[in-house]
Amino acid sequence: MKRKANVNTDLCVACGCCVKVCPKSAISVPDGVFAVVDSTLCVSCGKCAKECPASVIDIVGVHDEK
Amino acid sequence: MRSKKWYDYLWIFSLTYLLLGFVNILFAWLGMICFIAPLVISIGCGNKAYCNKFCGRGQLFSLLGGRFGLSRKHDMPKWMRSKAFRYGFLIFFFTMFFVMLWNTYLVFAGNQPLKQVVKLLWTFKVSWHWAYHGTLFSEGVAQFAFGFYSIMLTSTILGFVTMLLFKPRSWCVYCPMGTMTQLICKAKNVTKSQKSDE
Ligand code: SF4
Ligand code: SF4
Ligand code: SF4
Repeated sequence: MKRKANVNTDLCVACGCCVKVCPKSAISVPDGVFAVVDSTLCVSCGKCAKECPASVIDIVGVHDEK
Repeated sequence: MRSKKWYDYLWIFSLTYLLLGFVNILFAWLGMICFIAPLVISIGCGNKAYCNKFCGRGQLFSLLGGRFGLSRKHDMPKWMRSKAFRYGFLIFFFTMFFVMLWNTYLVFAGNQPLKQVVKLLWTFKVSWHWAYHGTLFSEGVAQFAFGFYSIMLTSTILGFVTMLLFKPRSWCVYCPMGTMTQLICKAKNVTKSQKSDE
């Protein structure tokens, strides 16, 4: 089981603080509504979760689909 | 970490803006950029590139709270992150904004004298005559500047306090421009997905 950043999209404010700190450019705010994580790029460093002012990112275990 | 771009220095603009208000209040008009730019971007492009990239205020808070370590970096209380609070604050903020516009109109119309005060937190009147050196235009122009600068300074104070207490960019959670542009993006993307359904 891998660990990835997971965004609570309902409470995300789309500020983009997470985008600015992600070392892998794995997270983005494509439509200005909530942040989206590219789980193939995310290395679960937790930087985005720490930065997020709304505290809506968790690092969770995800089952690998591959 | 990605390399710095030109827009990563826009915090200098925000800081300069705040300082200019102490020199000549008419500079407050420049703050209209911070109102119009996010709206134009969200309506035109359907994204929050303004918040995500260009907003100097957000950068200023992340610099002060992050690099300078002025923030406790605690989670904000749950109610402050709730939609009810965010939408409520948006409504309150714009109500006060229209009250300000009304007062400006009264000065334009000559029904009210120019008040050389900056009102902080919508309550405390601070005499600001030292930043007023007359205007070539109607006194209403100056009244708007005082009113607008009051809003900008008030929101900076609120943002600064929540930066100290919570995360550096806590202001972005309840920033009315941020909430409004997110709502615009939401509306735009609903119509977009409806169009692609057809
Ligand atoms: S920092 Fe948090 S609130 Fe802001 S866009 Fe990223 S996930 Fe959303
Ligand atoms: S956990 Fe790290 S790699 Fe993954 S999205 Fe967040 S900042 Fe980027
Ligand atoms: S939410 Fe407000 S302060 Fe934060 S980046 Fe957007 S416009 Fe700037």
